[in-house]
Amino acid sequence: MSEQQVKKPKRPMSKSLIMVRQQLADLYTEAGEAKARGEKIGWAASIFPQEICETLGLVVLYPENHSAGIAARHQADPFLQRAEGELEYNNDICSYAKINLSYIDTRNLEANNMPLPDFMLIANNICNQVTKWYENIGKRYNVPVYMLDMSFNHENFVTDSRLKYIRAQMEDIIASLEKLTGKKFDQDRFREVMEISAENKDLWIKANELQANSPAPLNGFELFNYMSAMVCCRGKRSTTEILKQLISEIEEHIEKGDSTYPGEQKYRVFWEGIACWPHFSHNFKVMKKLGMNIVATAYVRAWALDYIPGDLDSLIKAYTFTPSNNTPIETLVERRSRDLIKFKCDGMIYHLNRSCKVMAMQQAEIQRRLTEITGVPYVSFDGDQSDFRNYSEAQFETRMEAFTEIMDQHKAVREGK
Amino acid sequence: MITLGIDIGSTTSKAVLLEDGEKILAKKIVPLGTGTTGAQTVFENVLEMAGITPEQIDYALSTGYGRYSFELAKRQISEVSCHAKGIRFLVPTARTIVDIGGQDAKALSLAPNGALMNFVMNDKCAAGTGRFLDVMARVLDVKVEDMGDISELSTKEITINNTCTVFAESEVISRLSSNEKIADIIAGIHASVAKRVSGQALRVGVVDDVVMSGGVARNKGIVRAMEKEIGHKITVPEDCQLAGALGAALFAWDELLKEKNAG
Ligand code: SF4
Repeated sequence: MSEQQVKKPKRPMSKSLIMVRQQLADLYTEAGEAKARGEKIGWAASIFPQEICETLGLVVLYPENHSAGIAARHQADPFLQRAEGELEYNNDICSYAKINLSYIDTRNLEANNMPLPDFMLIANNICNQVTKWYENIGKRYNVPVYMLDMSFNHENFVTDSRLKYIRAQMEDIIASLEKLTGKKFDQDRFREVMEISAENKDLWIKANELQANSPAPLNGFELFNYMSAMVCCRGKRSTTEILKQLISEIEEHIEKGDSTYPGEQKYRVFWEGIACWPHFSHNFKVMKKLGMNIVATAYVRAWALDYIPGDLDSLIKAYTFTPSNNTPIETLVERRSRDLIKFKCDGMIYHLNRSCKVMAMQQAEIQRRLTEITGVPYVSFDGDQSDFRNYSEAQFETRMEAFTEIMDQHKAVREGK
Repeated sequence: MITLGIDIGSTTSKAVLLEDGEKILAKKIVPLGTGTTGAQTVFENVLEMAGITPEQIDYALSTGYGRYSFELAKRQISEVSCHAKGIRFLVPTARTIVDIGGQDAKALSLAPNGALMNFVMNDKCAAGTGRFLDVMARVLDVKVEDMGDISELSTKEITINNTCTVFAESEVISRLSSNEKIADIIAGIHASVAKRVSGQALRVGVVDDVVMSGGVARNKGIVRAMEKEIGHKITVPEDCQLAGALGAALFAWDELLKEKNAG
């Protein structure tokens, strides 16, 4: 029997993966229970300073992560249809928004449902589209919308006036939330939350950096599965436990010299952009066939916010520099060029995801500058983070195949053949 | 020894039979793509032309959108690499290749030794591809293969602004209704395609010699417009549409040599 014919038993789910799935399910259960008790729950943009909510002890959910989940489970179709039909939203808006704006009216998935929000929290450090999305919800459901206007980073530093501007908004939001929910903001708890978050950040970075080993200990797609911990729970102790468990699993692989990636890792690649959730398994299938593994990403690490616990100004600065969408291009290029070397990447895959306009818009220029500096070959494919209609399997396959052929050529040149 | 390269595209199937990696024994294009009888037909055609039986083929390699549907092929290689290989055979000095096919347009950059170093393909939009020209030809009621000749009669520059196929279609209709000359409109369409595709070429970096391939390269109007856009002279080899199949046959020859060396 040839190797292909032997059906390999499915690898059991790792403990850390079970933990992270449970954590997310618990979050939704907790939200449902809090709502039932008459507590006020919130919906927040993905890089809103969760430290505020965590300190106040508020239950907050994250629509972007929720929409990604719907897309990954192939349940997006009716939501997209309804958003573009009955609700009259434009096809061009972010598909996370389309799904969520539609989901909010029904909220009857088999699992992980979001109770209606009592308040909305926006930070426009990710994009401006999210502002309109949340405002729409605020208006339709008559709930308050609190917004942190972060303004765009044209430089690598945050001016004092901006710092003051953002700090004032934060203080205002804290006061409003105290009033709305009747909870008190405790400075000691705030510090503690910042400490937990900082520890989680370090652990998350460490887990990501271990991919620099050869062979990379994880199938790189797996790291996307842990993002919910960082997006929705990065100020919680449960995340610390999950990440420690994950790291111990990764270290075990390193020690044994094996990997959760099935087969030989012929090509180490950097994945640029959000995952293509609806076609996650097709992406993986094609890449696995060709021996490509993701060893580095920029997006997955976006929730590693770097600040000094107890120092509010440093927290504000960290939140203004969201790694993909609110950072000057020079820095984006510099970081990636460093990572391409550090993670020993043979190539870079760009997911051209039109849903996320800021990210898509930057890509061509990042490509141009990075190739100029590093000479690392790249390929790009059309996809979408959660609108399954914007993807072609054949296109992905052809481009990835051609890409491996190009990486071979580059290798041959490097090795002087 | 005989190798077969077969390129099963979205709208056409092409095949080349090659002897000893050098001599083209037979070549053929059939205007039927993947999922049709195109592949089988083109295969039978070249066999007949060369007067050989399938058993006499030492190695068959397939490429193109339908590359996995051809059972005789021992290996598949993407059309990107096959195109580069085929073009280098036809034009040994090629460093930049612009290929415009039925559904995609791509620009390839080759190292001095011919190795494929980079490529940029169009995004999901059909603008700047053969399909775009097909639609425009239909609106203008001309044959797509005549567009090049007709555009030579153009005396005035008209711009077609829309890159979206659907919008460009109505733009062309409105030009027609304002009595613009067909030759001028076609020249405008060519310029629009050239603008769009040249962007890809400029992104991979244009280095002489520049070669165009794919069915659209047979349209002289497009080639002229492309030359104007990128500011380089463009060579179009006679068998430009066969580059993919030829490249596949050449890769097949490489595989044979490898097998021989190994065995
Ligand atoms: S546009 Fe981008 S940053 Fe904004 S919500 Fe959508 S995915 Fe997130």
